[in-house]
Amino acid sequence: MTLAILLAPNIPAPNTNAIPNTRVQPNTRVQPNTRVQPNTRVQHQRLIERNTVNRAAMFIDRHAHWIFPLPAVLAILVLIILPIGANVVLSLYSWFIGGSPFFVGINNFREALSDWRFWNGVRNTFYFTGVAVPLQLVLGLSIAVLFNRQFLGKGIARTIILLPMVATPVAIALIWALMFNPSLGILNYFLESLGLPRSLWVAQSNLAIPSLVLVDVWQWSPMIGLILLAALQGVPAEHYDAAKIDGANSWQAFWRITIPAIRPAIVVALILRTIDALKTFDIIYVITEGGPGTASETLNVYAFKTGFSFFRAGYAATLLIFLMFVVLGVAILLNILRQRA
Amino acid sequence: MTQQTLSQSVTSASKPNRAKRNKRVRTIGIYLLIILTLVVMLFPFYWMILTSLRSQVDNVSPKPVWFFRPTWENYQNVINGNNFLEYTWNSFIIASLSTVIGLVLGLPAAYSIARFKQNGLALGILFARLTPYITYLVPWYLAFRALGLIDTYVALTLTHLIVGMPLIVWIMISFFEGVPLDLEEAAFVDGATRFGAFFRVILPLSMPGVVAASILAFIFSWNQFLFSLVLSGPRTRPVPVAVFNFISYGQIDFGGLGAAAVLITLPVIVLTLIIQRWIVTGLTMGAVKG
Repeated sequence: MTLAILLAPNIPAPNTNAIPNTRVQPNTRVQPNTRVQPNTRVQHQRLIERNTVNRAAMFIDRHAHWIFPLPAVLAILVLIILPIGANVVLSLYSWFIGGSPFFVGINNFREALSDWRFWNGVRNTFYFTGVAVPLQLVLGLSIAVLFNRQFLGKGIARTIILLPMVATPVAIALIWALMFNPSLGILNYFLESLGLPRSLWVAQSNLAIPSLVLVDVWQWSPMIGLILLAALQGVPAEHYDAAKIDGANSWQAFWRITIPAIRPAIVVALILRTIDALKTFDIIYVITEGGPGTASETLNVYAFKTGFSFFRAGYAATLLIFLMFVVLGVAILLNILRQRA
Repeated sequence: MTQQTLSQSVTSASKPNRAKRNKRVRTIGIYLLIILTLVVMLFPFYWMILTSLRSQVDNVSPKPVWFFRPTWENYQNVINGNNFLEYTWNSFIIASLSTVIGLVLGLPAAYSIARFKQNGLALGILFARLTPYITYLVPWYLAFRALGLIDTYVALTLTHLIVGMPLIVWIMISFFEGVPLDLEEAAFVDGATRFGAFFRVILPLSMPGVVAASILAFIFSWNQFLFSLVLSGPRTRPVPVAVFNFISYGQIDFGGLGAAAVLITLPVIVLTLIIQRWIVTGLTMGAVKG
């Protein structure tokens, strides 16, 4: 940051003419310590105008704490809070998009609780997240430890592992779909080269979610790696020296020093990834559309189909309320765990 | 692989005086693991490029064809046969507009949060990152349909704003917090209003952050799929949706898919190279400083 300030271009002259009579620039002809008097009409008029501007400026200054964030807050209210409220209302109606809505009370919620497809979605959501996130955490930690040293081409390596997380998800999903292809895909070729049997990957019900997990792990382990790498770089080297003097071997040093030191970062990574994994949509929808059948249909995908393939706006809203509570519930739970730890 | 990696690294940190030979073996092992990691990370991109440069015959060969004469045919087909340039233009317009509006709304908010320690507000904006995007989509769809705004830049820009603006706010909070209060106070003493100080002192000093935040917001809008899938149409369809439709119509034109995937990803990768330091900060909403 300091560097940024030093390198920044000249700071422009502050806006002196906004407030008259306060300060006179040294290079003006007016003598120092003399206040400028409105001695002509024109000047007087100008001063009044300035006063109006001035008053508006002072009003903004005094109320900056709510005027500055106001536009953003309005955008969030209209684009986020209002729709969430609308979902609550919608969930009480049965509404085929294109038809007219009619009130059904809590029937949608009752329907959801006895809808096997809803429970299938809940199960798939947690299955996907529950497998993907721990794997990412372990691999991410490995990447962090591996990269936490000087090596040739470190800068390039760091750039390379950024690519999976920034590349357009639809493009990534397409490429993985090609690689998963049971007859022509490269992954089966690799399996065969290793002497392993071919796999149907996403085309087989019980492999669909594990295959999607593979994509998610590939995509997001590096992010956890970079988060934890930043944390590792903050662990003081003296701690390791002290441990060595105390006779700790490297494995002990890792568990007793490294892990506790970076635990806050691990928890942050865990929370962020869990929340995002629960919401995963793009790669699932593009690669399997929830299939085969409903084998990889998460709550997210099911709600999407309910709204935009079956056009049941009310029921989709109900599912979305459940989904929101799942995500927020998990977020709050993890946060409580974090504070307790 | 994991355990081996971990123990190796700690060993190298804590026992630097081991026998030279062992050390060399370990160094080689570490380099191999690093190379392996990079190969795994790069392979899908490599495969994407190979696929895009191979003829259809080579692409559907049961044995992968590694060496071949590259052809630009797939790119030509995608660009000429599918209005690809039009979709790219749509993506560009939507991403640019939503980024600019995101800056206009987000910068003052971020400044206010940083200066007046409005943590509650910061959390409110984080809420936009927590809730699943699809939660807003059904009401948005109904509202935009009622207003006749489906398949317009207005609907897409407004919705993409929800992706970019929180990013801008979160990155800029940490940037604005880094600007010394003294500079701002000096401006006040010189008679600047808060607005004047913000525009003439704070913003110029925070330009690197503004650039990083803008690029990140642009990338996220460019990558957005879900909102565009529902709210776009023939007139405003952005590239990700266009490419998705490309596969759902049943043709398995491998080379075409590869070329399309390369074309969407390329701008993102170029932009990433510019702001790589800020990617993780952006993705973690400021939870991790790059």
